[in-house]
Amino acid sequence: MTRISLSTAQAGLAAMAASFLSSMPAHAQSIDDTVNKVFADSTGWFVSFIFASIPGTSISWIVVWLVVAASVFTVYFGFIQFRVIGHSLALVSGKYSDPDDAGEVSHFQALATALSGTVGLGNIAGVAVAVSIGGAGATFWMILAGLLGMASKFTECTLGVKYRNEYPDGRVSGGPMYYLTKGFAERGLPGGGFLAVLFSVFCVLGALGGGNMFQANQAHQQLSGVFGDYPGWITGVVFAAIVFAVIVGGIKSIARVTEKVVPFMGVLYVGTALVIILMNADMVGAAFGQIFNGAFTGNGIVGGVIGALIQGFRRAAFSNEAGVGSAAIAHSAVRTKEPITEGFVSLLEPFIDTVVICTMTALVIIITGQLVTDPETGLYVINEAGQVTTATGATGVGLTSAAFESAFSWFPYILVVAVVLFAFSTMLSWSYYGLKAWTFMFGEGQAQELTFKVIFCVFIVIGAAASLGPVIDFSDAAIFAMAVVNIAGLYFLMPIVKRELDSYLRRLKSGEIKRFK
Amino acid sequence: MSAKFIVGYDGSAASERALDFAIGRVKLQGGTVVLVHVLEWSPYSFLTPSELEERHKRRTEEMERAEKALIMPVLAKVRAQGIEAESKIRYGHIAETICKIAAELGAVQIVIGRNGHTTLGSRIFGSVAGHLAQASPVPCTIVP
Repeated sequence: MTRISLSTAQAGLAAMAASFLSSMPAHAQSIDDTVNKVFADSTGWFVSFIFASIPGTSISWIVVWLVVAASVFTVYFGFIQFRVIGHSLALVSGKYSDPDDAGEVSHFQALATALSGTVGLGNIAGVAVAVSIGGAGATFWMILAGLLGMASKFTECTLGVKYRNEYPDGRVSGGPMYYLTKGFAERGLPGGGFLAVLFSVFCVLGALGGGNMFQANQAHQQLSGVFGDYPGWITGVVFAAIVFAVIVGGIKSIARVTEKVVPFMGVLYVGTALVIILMNADMVGAAFGQIFNGAFTGNGIVGGVIGALIQGFRRAAFSNEAGVGSAAIAHSAVRTKEPITEGFVSLLEPFIDTVVICTMTALVIIITGQLVTDPETGLYVINEAGQVTTATGATGVGLTSAAFESAFSWFPYILVVAVVLFAFSTMLSWSYYGLKAWTFMFGEGQAQELTFKVIFCVFIVIGAAASLGPVIDFSDAAIFAMAVVNIAGLYFLMPIVKRELDSYLRRLKSGEIKRFK
Repeated sequence: MSAKFIVGYDGSAASERALDFAIGRVKLQGGTVVLVHVLEWSPYSFLTPSELEERHKRRTEEMERAEKALIMPVLAKVRAQGIEAESKIRYGHIAETICKIAAELGAVQIVIGRNGHTTLGSRIFGSVAGHLAQASPVPCTIVP
């Protein structure tokens, strides 16, 4: 049975690929157009549903949903993100790790892996999108969303560890699909299974969207910026081939090299941003002035304050994935007797990702004067697309690149390498998240896994060929759809986290939970 | 309690020489040989999500392999000479872990072999013998 369905799937995909490839050489550029049109047409309804406005207002309900959830978790857990940071750092540094558990997944490793899935294009391209649509003020809302999001991340990652599956062979699998089913069952609530499947569907879409197409798309934009304009599907095919080699061919060395180089690129990126900020230290005050001013006045952007707020929250959620549920999958492999400890560790993630790294990108863009303002009114100059006019006309990752280039002319080359590597590592992480959701729905097995992996690679090509607009809309929509289901579940499960939290803090205070060094 | 001689053992020729030396000491003055095998591991390394998923499984496998293929046969060989022997398999930084075990067991001595020809390598990566000579909590014999 398995054999048959496997070969059928392969034959079908091979035929698809063949017909796709045969039409390529003749109309290289128009392939991109066709892909773009078909893609935009087929995903439009989903995008407009997710971003629909609350009747009578211009506020999209999904943004309200995210803000309310993050605020509820923040209040419910008594501003947990500000109370336990010290303890979180102690956990990450291994001060509470049992030496007998050496060789198991440490808190640091779980955090590092989850971070390499989130730190990436969201921090480079996403921020640029936010400020070019929402102005400098979007940064303020982005930081606020990052701070609130720490509580969402704390909730979901605690549950991820608590309700993970531990298989007899020693493998561990966790994530929203598992806590939705097991947690709901434990509380005697109906609908857990349904939510878990719904989450899995959206997680697969999210993996194909934000975790794949957006990455491929922005990587292509960067590459074509350096090598000159060439059709997107070429980048797509190359990327797809490499990803295929890793996730299907099992060539671990590529993944391993990426995992080693990505943290280095992250440090290099943040370091360069810091240097630019320090070189212009006198302008930092003014930049923050623009950020605060824009946050509450809109400063002439389309949609005013609300527009800035929506962009800030959208890009923050897309970047740090708090409340989305993806991180719960990565964090759940940690070795700990106390699930809550991974919650404490995971809340550092939105802080590092959004509050620190995203803010740096935004500051560099603002300080280097990329956003064009009218010298008379002080308001942003808005172009016909409804976006803030930028100094070089670039948007997305191009805008960040231009901002860094104005300080260091060689930086775009570094950025190309960084973007390609970030894109690649995010794709690998999301191919794993998507796969977990896929096998949750269709069962574990080689045929099921291969089917998903092939689909994943096909979408890399589509993502690289389509234009940024439809891709970013679909990516956001899919990621937010995950958040809709995940957060709905979190509301019902948060009392469990509260119980764990109270018990742990009591034992920590009484000295029952000991430091090992 | 008999005197414990810790031997850093990884199956290499150098660690065999260290073991022979320790056996010689035990024959002369009595005591126990403790074979310590450390699997190099840092809790601050980077892993992919699928490596995280399989970590516990891999660790169990690695421990089993070290025990069955490496330590058990040697342990049997040492015991066959009428010498008391035990073993420890741990994960961690090799020299630090050996020091920690020495302190825990109240060992009288650490015996470690040295490769002797990797001047450049040990300058870059640091050598276990060199580190032990600096940091050992008990007398340390480095067997060339």
